[in-house]
Amino acid sequence: MNGRARPSSSRQRHWLGFLLLGVVLLAVPFVAALGGQAWVRIANFAILYVFLALGLNIVVGYAGLLDLGYVAFYAVGAYAYALLASPHFGIHLPFWVILPLGAGLACIFGVLLGAPTLKLRGDYLAIVTLGFGEIVRIFMNNLNAPVNITNGAQGITLIDPIRIGDFSFAQTSSFLGVTLSGPQKYYFLLVALALLVIMVNIRLQDSRIGRAWQAIREDEIAAKACGINTRNIKLLAFAMGASFGGIAGGVFSAMQGFVSPESFSLMESITILAMVVLGGMGHIPGVILGAILLTGLPEALRYGIEPLQRALFGRMIVDPESLRMLVFGLALVLVMRFRPAGLWPSSQRRRELAESAG
Amino acid sequence: MSEQQLLLEAHAVAKHFGGVKALHDVSLTIRRGEIYGLIGPNGAGKTTFFNCLTGLYRNEGGHFIFDGVRLQADAPHKAAAVGIARTFQNIRLFGNMTALENVMVGRHLRTRAGVVGAIIRNPATRAEEAGIARRAEELLHYVGIHARAHDYAKHLSYGDQRRLEIARALATEPKLLALDEPAAGMNGTETEALRVLVEGICRDGVTVLLIEHDVKLVMGLCGRVAVLDYGEKICEDVPAVVQKDARVVEAYLGGSVA
Repeated sequence: MNGRARPSSSRQRHWLGFLLLGVVLLAVPFVAALGGQAWVRIANFAILYVFLALGLNIVVGYAGLLDLGYVAFYAVGAYAYALLASPHFGIHLPFWVILPLGAGLACIFGVLLGAPTLKLRGDYLAIVTLGFGEIVRIFMNNLNAPVNITNGAQGITLIDPIRIGDFSFAQTSSFLGVTLSGPQKYYFLLVALALLVIMVNIRLQDSRIGRAWQAIREDEIAAKACGINTRNIKLLAFAMGASFGGIAGGVFSAMQGFVSPESFSLMESITILAMVVLGGMGHIPGVILGAILLTGLPEALRYGIEPLQRALFGRMIVDPESLRMLVFGLALVLVMRFRPAGLWPSSQRRRELAESAG
Repeated sequence: MSEQQLLLEAHAVAKHFGGVKALHDVSLTIRRGEIYGLIGPNGAGKTTFFNCLTGLYRNEGGHFIFDGVRLQADAPHKAAAVGIARTFQNIRLFGNMTALENVMVGRHLRTRAGVVGAIIRNPATRAEEAGIARRAEELLHYVGIHARAHDYAKHLSYGDQRRLEIARALATEPKLLALDEPAAGMNGTETEALRVLVEGICRDGVTVLLIEHDVKLVMGLCGRVAVLDYGEKICEDVPAVVQKDARVVEAYLGGSVA
């Protein structure tokens, strides 16, 4: 992690790995499109969740603050975009104004949530953040009277897609002989954003602030005695994580063209947290893996279970939807039982758990 | 004694937990450049005094004047900021960070880089980061555990963990280093090595406040000693006098049967 020299042969292998990854990332939207645009959309959501999970990773993985209301920031970002770029208020600001605005707004909400919870840890913090997430969702649901702000449960429709000049992300267009559909364009935008959040994660980890977060996670009293202003540093973690949630929300709004409170349920918060925990808390590749698996697996099951049952039994025995949740839940239990540090944990995390178990 | 020579003045510091008076109007003065010992039987209030001084507890009565300024230490990080660093009786290291990283955390207070610097890694931030690592390595050398720089703190031996905690405290550039029972659980050789280290720290210009159970170590090391018993200061003088004080002997060996 810190300045340990890498032999040059392994560095070469590193670059080869990056190259390979680049090729795969480029190929995904075209391969997925062979199965229909629906699969491109699934890939998009996988990457959107990578983005969200890495945002939450800052709060949970680095600073060790268990946040069950992360979806609130996602909602704030999504609604900020929806309200400022739709016929609902007749405002149509460009995305490069709204996305930073949404991030900033989510950041303020992050501090609002963080401030009263600073003295709480673990279970208690989880409960308060859970409540916060629900409050935001219920507000979105009910802010349609007396003044109609959020349009209640109906949600907001006809949200502008992301547009740069005449180049709209919603339409198919072709350049240099390559035809790109709307979802495929969003795919590349999302990949770019995901790379950005990965870089931020990596760089924060090995910085003065990252060390302070880790110190707080390890021993808060010792961290204070070392002169760390734990209040500010914790708020910073909340604010950083929240602003990433806000950006993700904005992109979600633009991509879907529609938002409603339903998208921001507690289940969503839990899923994002599960991605972080299942993949490997605090470990960037692990979190990415967790996000991709937890988005892809349910979809694969959705499409896989029905034909499988027909092939095996000649008819449908179990409703695919309920079986999907069953398999999903079972997978979570199995991973936590046999790989408690996550599927791809950092060496450090593995040690922490090994120690506390032994 | 001139004001210049005093580093810390405690004036009638009082603290109670419910009905228990943990500290009862404790006053003492620590001079610049000395090693000051604070001893007393178990439960005498030594650690409570430490915690009040370093902002972990808030004292109900009295106040501290540190370096000529009244201490507003309502938070530990503020105490660290004015120059009071401490170690803990039951070692509190960041176990899953390397020895080097532990000391680097200690540099937090004296460095500035924020989130933006961390993300864009501008030259100033990189230079600062290199400075943090360099200083941390120097301090590991200083306390003599540089060979273990890349080992995780929790894998260090007990004595090395104590040393690492001292290095981390020194990284905050303290004027006063407060050591809470640094020799607890150490064998003779380790204690002797610790004595040499503490003397060196004092020689290099850091005033030391030492809480200790090991009376022999305190008597050999400290210029002046205060004795606490049931939250009250019963004696304060040079070791030779303290050792002969009747109240001190009584506190340690138990009084005559009433």
